[in-house]
Amino acid sequence: MTVLLVALGGALGAVARYLIDRRVQRASDSAFPWGTLTVNVVGSAILGLLAGWALAGGEPEAVRSFLGIGLCGSLTTFSTFGYETVRLVTERARLYAAANVVVTVFAGFGAAAGALVLAAALFG
Amino acid sequence: MADHPPAVTARRSPAERWDVLLAIAVGGALGSLARYQLSVAFPHARGEFALSTLLCNVVGCLLIGVLMAVITGAPGPHRLLRPFLGVGVLGGFTTFSTYVVDAIDSAATGHPRIAVLYALGTVAASLVSVLLGLAPTRALLERANTGRQAP
Repeated sequence: MTVLLVALGGALGAVARYLIDRRVQRASDSAFPWGTLTVNVVGSAILGLLAGWALAGGEPEAVRSFLGIGLCGSLTTFSTFGYETVRLVTERARLYAAANVVVTVFAGFGAAAGALVLAAALFG
Repeated sequence: MADHPPAVTARRSPAERWDVLLAIAVGGALGSLARYQLSVAFPHARGEFALSTLLCNVVGCLLIGVLMAVITGAPGPHRLLRPFLGVGVLGGFTTFSTYVVDAIDSAATGHPRIAVLYALGTVAASLVSVLLGLAPTRALLERANTGRQAP
């Protein structure tokens, strides 16, 4: 059952990442990878909510498998983040590359920590 | 695309996108399952160093480097190769959200050194891994291409 939920969440997360990335990237019309940044921050916020729920003792195992491991795990990506950063460096857009790393890490941690505290307050 | 009349493009693109979305979905499921199996094989207590997530992200970054060198450098790569392997399998295999929550967990459970080492180490190791996959593959392909063109 866990395996099925992880696979289903993983499939949905990957498709959602692709569709969100394309939409955001087309709207921004920029060399900066806004699409990947968006999915990584949104996914971190959702996983932070789930982690807060789990800390309060309420998160069911099925939710963790489907939404946490499957959907959030797959909606967010390190490989695309890494490749886009390296590509920015090789295209001599080093400021963009550095900004991508700093903004992604800080926004991701901020979103997850904020969501975790919010969930702990809501469910606790 | 520009040489097609708009009506043709509009009619064709939904049909083209269906197989792309399917390739991404199947790849995402496979990549997520592999990530889950690794987390079962290398479990860690809450707040401890999340080795399995680090492994997924570093290996996934190495492989995206190889894949993108092939896609941008090899003659005529299959059009579903990037959606299936890049967006799907590797996108599903690597994860940013679990990395973030793992690090926060370490900090929150009184392991600030693990949190910082893990947070910075993952970024550094992943970026180096992309390069380690990209550069040698690109060099190999270039040598193969010039070999083919030579009389």
